[in-house]
Amino acid sequence: MASGKTLTVAIMDAPYESANSTTALRIVQSALEKGNNVTVFAYEGAVNLTMKAQAPHPNPVKGTSVEEEAHPTTKDWVSSLFKLAKEKGAKLDWINCGMCVDERGAGDWVEGPRRGGPKDLLDASSASDATLVIPTK
Amino acid sequence: MAKYLLIESRDPFDSSDSEYFAELVQGIAKRGNEATLFLVQNGVLPVRKGSKYNGVISDLIKNKVKVVADRFSLKERGIRRLAEGVDTADTDRLVDLLLEPGTKAIWH
Repeated sequence: MASGKTLTVAIMDAPYESANSTTALRIVQSALEKGNNVTVFAYEGAVNLTMKAQAPHPNPVKGTSVEEEAHPTTKDWVSSLFKLAKEKGAKLDWINCGMCVDERGAGDWVEGPRRGGPKDLLDASSASDATLVIPTK
Repeated sequence: MAKYLLIESRDPFDSSDSEYFAELVQGIAKRGNEATLFLVQNGVLPVRKGSKYNGVISDLIKNKVKVVADRFSLKERGIRRLAEGVDTADTDRLVDLLLEPGTKAIWH
């Protein structure tokens, strides 16, 4: 059941570089599980989290295949968060910073995210019950 | 009295500014504010029982700081025995703390 509360999370780490990405996605997942609405403002390298062309890979060091490795991609995780939001009757608004997207040529996303800018973060933060900014190291 | 949620993702073995963050938490608590220190990622390393930084954690607890370590991060690092007084929780608790009215959240 929806709680009526909204959490805004701003993230900037690129995928596969920092544990911050995993923690941020876990926080979003927990918030949605509890029926909260979540706005994610992804900027700088974090706009790559939703890139559609991401593909899992085998591990030649261990000799494991793609299937055996079951390597999770952030785009699949983000897609599952949109699915979870729908199941819980909550809203996930994922905003990718447009300027950051253009700089990186990172505009081909999975279904769900939208393009925005710093004003969207300000608006989201003003309308939210809480805002968490997770900066890069 | 204000409510602070301070989330530490760094460890003092790697980041010297982690100790300054602990000082910030201590200062917030000493001024009579309600402070929770939620440790995630390598931020949980100081609470491993026997760590040279156990003293920093116990000083915080003595000053009424609630110290909570993320279970996922502990499990990833094989940390089973914790310094006295440290609580454990998952990110659902972190979300509850974030959404408590009037809470100021800072990530480090």
